[in-house]
Amino acid sequence: MPIILSVNGQKHSIDNAAADVPLLWVLRDMVGMTGTKFGCGVGLCGACGVLIGGQRFFSCQTPLRAVIGRDVTTIEGLGEDPHGAALQQAWEEADVVQCGYCQPGQLIAACALLKANPRPDDAAIDEGMSGNLCRCGTYPRIRKAVKLAAGGGR
Amino acid sequence: MSEGGFSRRGVLQGAAAVGAALVVPVARGAAGGALAANAYISVTSLGVELALPKTEMGQGVITSLSMLVAEELGVALNKVRVSIPDGDAPRFAPITQETGGSTSIREVYKPMRQAAARARVGLIEAAARQWGIAPGQCDLVDGMVVAGKRRIAMGDLIAAASLPREAPLRDRLGLIGRPTRRIDARPKITGALQFGIDFRLPGMKVATLAQCPIYGGTLAGLDEKAALAIPGVVKLVKGRDVVFVVADHYWAALQGYVAANVQWAPGPKPAEQGAIVADLDAALTRPGHSAKAQGDLNAARGREFSATYHQPFLAHAAMEPLACTIHVTEKGCEIWSGSQVPAQARADAAKALGLGEDKVTFHNFQMGGGFGRRLETDMVLRAVELGRAVPYPVKLVWSREEDVQHDMFRPAYADRIRATVDDKGRPIAWEHRIAGSSIMARLMGDGFKGVDGDAIEGAVEMPYAVAAHHVTFQQVESAVPTSWWRGVGGLRSCFVVESFIDELAHGAGADPLAYRLALMQDARSRAVLARAAKEAGWGRALPLGQGMGIAVLKLWGTHIAAVVEAKVEDAQISVPRVTIAVDCGLAINPLGIEAQVESGVIFGLSAALYGEITMRDGAAQQSNYHDFRILRMNEAPRIATHIIASQADPGGMGEPPCAVVAPALANAVFAASGQRMRTLPLMA
Repeated sequence: MPIILSVNGQKHSIDNAAADVPLLWVLRDMVGMTGTKFGCGVGLCGACGVLIGGQRFFSCQTPLRAVIGRDVTTIEGLGEDPHGAALQQAWEEADVVQCGYCQPGQLIAACALLKANPRPDDAAIDEGMSGNLCRCGTYPRIRKAVKLAAGGGR
Repeated sequence: MSEGGFSRRGVLQGAAAVGAALVVPVARGAAGGALAANAYISVTSLGVELALPKTEMGQGVITSLSMLVAEELGVALNKVRVSIPDGDAPRFAPITQETGGSTSIREVYKPMRQAAARARVGLIEAAARQWGIAPGQCDLVDGMVVAGKRRIAMGDLIAAASLPREAPLRDRLGLIGRPTRRIDARPKITGALQFGIDFRLPGMKVATLAQCPIYGGTLAGLDEKAALAIPGVVKLVKGRDVVFVVADHYWAALQGYVAANVQWAPGPKPAEQGAIVADLDAALTRPGHSAKAQGDLNAARGREFSATYHQPFLAHAAMEPLACTIHVTEKGCEIWSGSQVPAQARADAAKALGLGEDKVTFHNFQMGGGFGRRLETDMVLRAVELGRAVPYPVKLVWSREEDVQHDMFRPAYADRIRATVDDKGRPIAWEHRIAGSSIMARLMGDGFKGVDGDAIEGAVEMPYAVAAHHVTFQQVESAVPTSWWRGVGGLRSCFVVESFIDELAHGAGADPLAYRLALMQDARSRAVLARAAKEAGWGRALPLGQGMGIAVLKLWGTHIAAVVEAKVEDAQISVPRVTIAVDCGLAINPLGIEAQVESGVIFGLSAALYGEITMRDGAAQQSNYHDFRILRMNEAPRIATHIIASQADPGGMGEPPCAVVAPALANAVFAASGQRMRTLPLMA
C-alpha cells in the first residue's frame, strides 16, 4: 500500500518503504518539490520548514509517517494562505532577499508566527524567527517585513 | 598592490574589458535577430538580453547590472531579461566570469555602461539615417528612438544598426542612484528559483560523500555489504580519501554512509591547533618577506608599544550546502552547479577528465551564498571523480557536516605590530609582521615570491601616515586547506590595524576618534569616520557595562567606518547597535548598498563573536551550526547605514562592511569593560 502524502492540497502517492524517510527528502527527491531547502539536516537552521496544521515543523526532522492524513503546506503553497500572501508581498516591499536560499524557511516561520500572534512586537518577532538562520544577514529587513505584513502595510 | 588586488587565477580585467561587437546566439523567441553590444548584452525585438558576467549569490548583481544596462539603453528595468551563462572563457574573455573580491560592480561597471551606450548610439544613428535627420535630434527612451513626434521601436532598428567605436555615457542619470528593489525577489519567495542543489534530471541518482576527516589521510575500510543493504542504495564508489554513496535519494545515501561504518587511516602529520598557533607565533620572531619598508624603524626614539593578535580558521557555511550534478558520457561531460568561477570549473573538470574544454559544459546557477567558498572547484572535481564511475547522471550533495569539515578555510593568522610613538603619543615607527597560510602561493605556484599580495592588503596601505612603516609577510602552512573568505586580506588587516591604533589612542590618553582623525590625510576616510561618529552619537554617556568602538577601512575603492555599541554582561557580549558610514563612490543602488552593509555587518559579527574552526587529531572539530555558530535574529543589532554621496568610480561593497566590524566591536568591548581582546573570536 503506498502512502498518500498531501502537499498544498494535492495528493502524492509515495512508496510505503519511505515511511521513515524525513519529509524533506520525500518532498525534494521523490515528489520533486525543491522549494523546501536542505540547510543543516539536524533542525538547526530552519531552511526546511513546512506548515502542518498551521504550525511550523522542520521537515528534516519529520518522518513521512508522521504526516499521514495531514496536509503539509510548503513554500510553493504559501501564497494560498492569507498571512502567507501578505508576507510574500511584504518581503518584496521590504526588499528582504539576498541569496534567497533560506527565505522559504523564513517565510514559513513568519507565517506560523502570524497565525499564533497576528500582531507580534519586536521581542515576539525575534523569538518567533530565531529558529531560522540567514547567512546573508537579512534579519533587519525580515523584522521590517513581518511588521509590514502584520500591520497590513502600516 | 593594484586597486583590484584580488584575483584568483587570472589577471583581473578592468576597464579594458570592452569587447567588440560579437556574434551571440539570438535570443529564443526574438524575431529579427539581435544587436550584440558585447558578449553579455544584446538588443532583441523583445527587449534587452543580459547574460550576467558575474553570478548572483545574494549581492544583488542581477538588479544592479540590469540598472546600468537599462539606464544606458533607455529601457524600463523590467525589459532587461537576465540569464546566468554557462562557464565559457573564450566567449567572455577578457572578462573572467569570476565573482569575487567585491568586483561585481567595480570590475564591469564601465565595460557594461560603455557597451550599452554604444548600442544606444548605434540604434539612434540607424533611426536618424532612416529619418534623414541628425542623431543629436534623437534620444532612446522607454525602448523607442524618438525625435519630436517620430518614434520607432529599438527592436525594429536591429538590422540597420551598427555599433560605433565609442559612445558617450549618459550624463543625466535617472535609474542609477535611485533606491531600487531587487528584480529577482519573486522566485526566491515562492520557492520557484532553482539553485544548483535543486537541479533534477530524469533517471538521475543522488549521492553523498564522506571525505577523510584527517587531512592527508586515506580510506582504510568500510562495510560495503551493510551499505548496499539500505533500501535505495545502489552503489559505493571508493577513492583514495573519499567514499561516495549513490542512491535513489539523499536520505538513502546518507543512511548508506552510516551503515558503511567507514574507517580512515590518518595522514603523516595530523593537524593540531596548538602546534599551528605555535608555528604562527614562531614565524613572528623571524623577519619575513618585506612588503613595505618605508623609513628607518631604528631611528625612532620614544615610548614603545607592541601587541600580538590571533585570528582563527573560518568556515564559509553558506546556507546552500555544496552540491554538483554531473553526467559523464562517451561524448563528454555536462555539469550543473553554482560556482563563483564557472569558466575555471569547466577548465578544471576538463583537465581532470582528459577532455578538451569544448567537450565539457558547465551550467551555472544562482548560489545560496558564496562568500568565497565557491571560488574553489574541489566540489566539482569530487563530482567528476564520482561521475566518471557511473553511467547515469548523478547529483552529489554534501552533508552540512562535510560542508563544514571539508571547507577550505579562511587561514588562521598571527600578527604583531610594534610601534614607537612621539611625545604626543603619535606613531613615528610602525612594524607589522603577518604570519599565515598563503592562498596566493598555492595558486601561483613557482610564481610566488614570498609576499602574499592579498594577505598584506590593508596593512601596507593603512589609512594612517607613519614616517617609518614596515610590513612583512611570513608564509606558514599546515595540513589545513585554506582559501578566500569574505573580506580576505582586508578583513585580517583591519582587525589588527584598527585594534592597535585604538590601543595607541588609549595609550596617549586620547579620544579614539580624534586620535584617528589627527593621523589621517585621506579626505574620504576622514569623512566616513566623522559621519559614523556623528550619527552614532560618539562620546555620549552609556550605562555601565556598555561601550562604543570605532574603526575605519579603505578597501577596493570604498571608504567605510563603523561605530559599534557593545554590552558586556556576565562575560557575555551583545551588540545592540551598529552605525555605518560609507563612501563607495557612485552609489548605483542605495537600497542594495544598505543590504550589503547589513549583510556584511552581521557576517562580520558572527565571525568576531563566534567564528572558529579548530583542529584536533588532524581533523576540524566543528561540523554544523551548533558549534560553528552564526548570529540569529535575536542577536542581530539595529544597523543604521549612511551613504555619502560621491561621483568617484564605484568601489566594492560585498566585503568592506564585513571587514570593518570586528575591530569596532573589540574596541567597544574595551570601552565597555577595559578588557583588550586581541584574539578572535571574542566569545571563544
